[in-house]
Amino acid sequence: MKNLIILGAGTAGTMMANHLVGKLPKKEWKITIVDQYKTHYYQPGFLFLPFDTYTENKVKKEGKKFIPKTVNYIQKKIDKILPESNKVKLEDETLDYDILIVATGSKIAPAETEGLLGPLWRKDIFDFYTYEGALALRNKLRNWQGGKLVVHITEMPIKCPVAPLEFAFLADSYFKKKGMRDKVEITYVTPLDGAFTKPTCTKALNYLLEEKQIKIQTDFAIMEVDNEKRAIVDYVDREIPFDLLVTVPTNMGDEVIERSGLGDDLNFIPTHKHTLQSKAHDNIFVIGDATNVPASKAGSVAHFQAETLTDNILLYTQGYKLKQEFDGHANCFIETGDNKALLIDFNYDQEPVHGTFPFAKIGPLKLLKESVFNHWGKLAFRWIYWNMLLKGISIPFVGRNMSFKGKIFDIKQN
Amino acid sequence: MKKIIANKEIEVNEEGYLVDFKQWDREICECIAGECNVVMTEKHWEVIEYLQDKHLKEEPLSIRGIKKSGVINIKEFYALFPGGPLKKSTLIAGIPKPKSCI
Repeated sequence: MKNLIILGAGTAGTMMANHLVGKLPKKEWKITIVDQYKTHYYQPGFLFLPFDTYTENKVKKEGKKFIPKTVNYIQKKIDKILPESNKVKLEDETLDYDILIVATGSKIAPAETEGLLGPLWRKDIFDFYTYEGALALRNKLRNWQGGKLVVHITEMPIKCPVAPLEFAFLADSYFKKKGMRDKVEITYVTPLDGAFTKPTCTKALNYLLEEKQIKIQTDFAIMEVDNEKRAIVDYVDREIPFDLLVTVPTNMGDEVIERSGLGDDLNFIPTHKHTLQSKAHDNIFVIGDATNVPASKAGSVAHFQAETLTDNILLYTQGYKLKQEFDGHANCFIETGDNKALLIDFNYDQEPVHGTFPFAKIGPLKLLKESVFNHWGKLAFRWIYWNMLLKGISIPFVGRNMSFKGKIFDIKQN
Repeated sequence: MKKIIANKEIEVNEEGYLVDFKQWDREICECIAGECNVVMTEKHWEVIEYLQDKHLKEEPLSIRGIKKSGVINIKEFYALFPGGPLKKSTLIAGIPKPKSCI
């Protein structure tokens, strides 16, 4: 009997367990998945928790429900991967593997920024990338009287790169609805050179910031949070004062990657971007946020990757060459507030453009344009996540590789 | 689109970033630096080479990476490329600027 071990039962790991259980011959392969946590969170829902749009029960379920019964599910801490001897050390036992799939994700690392975990943390400074952070922020917002709201990105890469922008848009709507928008000044602070960084998106979407009166500060590389002055400070002593700071801290891969010596500076694993095989070890594959591939860290990306990786695992077990197939495909709804959303569909090479999705001319979803239908799409996606995505069911008419059908190249360059 | 830099016809995008890194050379680099009001020094070259090395290895560029690089500290980085150090240094290095997904 051979062993395939999946580390991490988040979005990517759970999907791989579901894909592989029906495809790897049961007489030859034992599949094991390891994750210390019992709860599976619908992470895109964290964006809606602070604004009281979603309640807690909408974003969490017991993880076990989504792991096939024939898969060996171990709820223990992972101590270390030993790639030279093909073993994984858990808190109290050691497992042997023939193939390892690393799906340990990424998480916030607030300790990386000086002063971020100071006296104001979770009092006037919040993140919304964790369940606890999003709930604490919700409680804060319920009674907040207004002032300077600063929405801030520490540095790239981050999980769901558009989430902070969505947060700013939704905050604008939220305060409008509460009748207190005039009491809130919203500033969006980014280390990049704009809220939108791709030329077509900048042209198509820059109006949103003006329309919603969101101020922007660009090229801001944070040095520290000054808790006394209540300001974030960058390396050229630019200070941005806040009454309420909503920050996306540095995102890093799991510590187990660092302990195992498998990652880069940020604990992400060097991975072949078209095959998802790790660069250092042929029998280690990496999926989702744990990789260093230049795709967005997003559930849709993990979903498309899972289809390619499943094929590649089967090819690998049979001794065939891997498919150079994954193209960086991402498909993301972007909430713009007032019950509207955008949809973007792109890959490593093709930036988001106008058009209809998934069908040319018909849609029904519109690419890179605000529509109410897109917003419904985003809300419906929660159901799709729990009932299709995690179970490894393909979304009809949406292929693993990006399609040019329906895309319209009408945004003129200078 | 095409742009004449250092008497050579170079393919650039609408923000002036080189489309093909293979077209980059030191003369072009000095010209682009001049347009950004940057006069290249020994230290500038060191940073440019570090960035190009990261680009060729397909590793993302970040301020944190610069801090850990041992080549330069962040204050010096800002001093060498005033305004937006990452966007200016990548423009001069002939590589794409760090981007988000939109």
